[in-house]
Amino acid sequence: MLDDFMTRATLAGVGVAFAAAPLGCFVVWRRMAYFGDATAHAAILGVALSLTFQMSIFAGALAVALIMALTVTLLTGRGYAMDTLLGVLAHSALAFGLVAVSFLSGVRIDLMAYLFGDILAVSRADLVVIWGGASLVVALIAWRWSQLLTATLNEELAYASGFDPKREQLILTLSLAVTVAVAIKVVGVLLIAAMLIIPAAAARSLARSPESMALIAAAIGAFSAVAGLRSAYLFDTPAGPSIVCVAAILFACFSLIGWQSRPGA
Amino acid sequence: MHQESLKMSLVSVEGLSVRYGANTVLRHVDMTIEPGEIVTIVGPNGSGKTSLLRAVIGATKPDAGRVIQKPGLKIGYVPQKLHIDPTLPITVERFMRLTNPVSRQRCMDALDSAGVPDLLKRQMSQLSGGQFQRVLLARALINQPDILLLDEATQGLDQRGSAAFYQQIETVRRETGCAILMISHELHVVMSASDRVICLNGHVCCEGSPAVVASAPEYRALFGTGTGGALALYQHHHDHHHDHGEDPKEAAE
Repeated sequence: MLDDFMTRATLAGVGVAFAAAPLGCFVVWRRMAYFGDATAHAAILGVALSLTFQMSIFAGALAVALIMALTVTLLTGRGYAMDTLLGVLAHSALAFGLVAVSFLSGVRIDLMAYLFGDILAVSRADLVVIWGGASLVVALIAWRWSQLLTATLNEELAYASGFDPKREQLILTLSLAVTVAVAIKVVGVLLIAAMLIIPAAAARSLARSPESMALIAAAIGAFSAVAGLRSAYLFDTPAGPSIVCVAAILFACFSLIGWQSRPGA
Repeated sequence: MHQESLKMSLVSVEGLSVRYGANTVLRHVDMTIEPGEIVTIVGPNGSGKTSLLRAVIGATKPDAGRVIQKPGLKIGYVPQKLHIDPTLPITVERFMRLTNPVSRQRCMDALDSAGVPDLLKRQMSQLSGGQFQRVLLARALINQPDILLLDEATQGLDQRGSAAFYQQIETVRRETGCAILMISHELHVVMSASDRVICLNGHVCCEGSPAVVASAPEYRALFGTGTGGALALYQHHHDHHHDHGEDPKEAAE
């Protein structure tokens, strides 16, 4: 069954959607959208380094994404204007990455694959990495769910309940780096943030609880992956962007429905 | 300070100093909270009130000195402001049970005694300011804490709302024997509802019963006579009720 490239692509897309859904909810609730962007863009630098030193792309992207995410976390709340700082970091990481890739001979053609993903070329080994990473992220978030939520609501409430919100922040940071690393192959560094934010945002108007929002986001993400791949196949469009387009259309539909059913809101 | 553990203070703060960068916000603060007492911290903006409360719960690391909690101390905390992002859907029930493994019945009872029954299934984002503060209070009380910490918990409530809120706190203390440590800007309430007042301005300026503090020169120096004098408010607060809603401090922090 895994011999079919479409089956492997679908499984890869669904795997990423499952990890991105609960994490994406926290990205939305905590207003970390730009943070996700910075981390994802930094990953292209990791790709360049991996190609230079001939190591696994996953490991290189993970390492650089993690360094970027930790840097941003460390700088948070130290008096910097966060959106400016993130804007600087996100785009300079991307620019440095692109320049670094250009130094490597013969990979210029492959660059598109890392910027926009190459989901149709997912191998069995990639599937293992994607599902392994996604399971790790889902397990981490499920394990710390209540604490993560409390820390998201209010830092002092977390301290008063006897746990350190900074550690919860670190768990999100780590999850983000892992998700970025596994999602490169599927949607590419430019659209990872979209996979995090759009399904979560689309789920908001349907959800009544944080848990249901994460589950609905997972369903929307998985549906987007399946339908996006299907339409990419039918219309011969790029796969990664097609997945994001489906998610965006769902977002628009659900928002309209939510807006209409909530008079005065 | 260190008697046998039965008589141990709930919280002892010893020689506490807190610094943010080059900015020292608290210097050599000593404070103890005993079971069942209501202690209020007053002081101008930037006097370190919130830093002191944060240090008590362990959210701010002391630069010098230490904070000792009685072993097994259960803390209920009502934050100054709790902003729930509109993208986060959460019901009152879910919010109350988030870190407290309690039954639904306990939630309903807690809401009942906070004066806001029937909110269980409501979304937090749909609550009014007064309902929100009462839900926060109910949540803080649900685990039967030994001490309740309130950081300007009545901010944004009108005078009737805040009077009712403090009445609720009195009731809580009477019924559960829970100690209360609060920051308040509402001097007339402080003066009538506290057992002890700590006047803070980077250090402890003066401390004692409301009447003692209100007549202390250090307190007068901080709050001046421009506020009408809190002692006068304390003594006449029944006939001059309409005067007292005014916050002596200007802008929010």
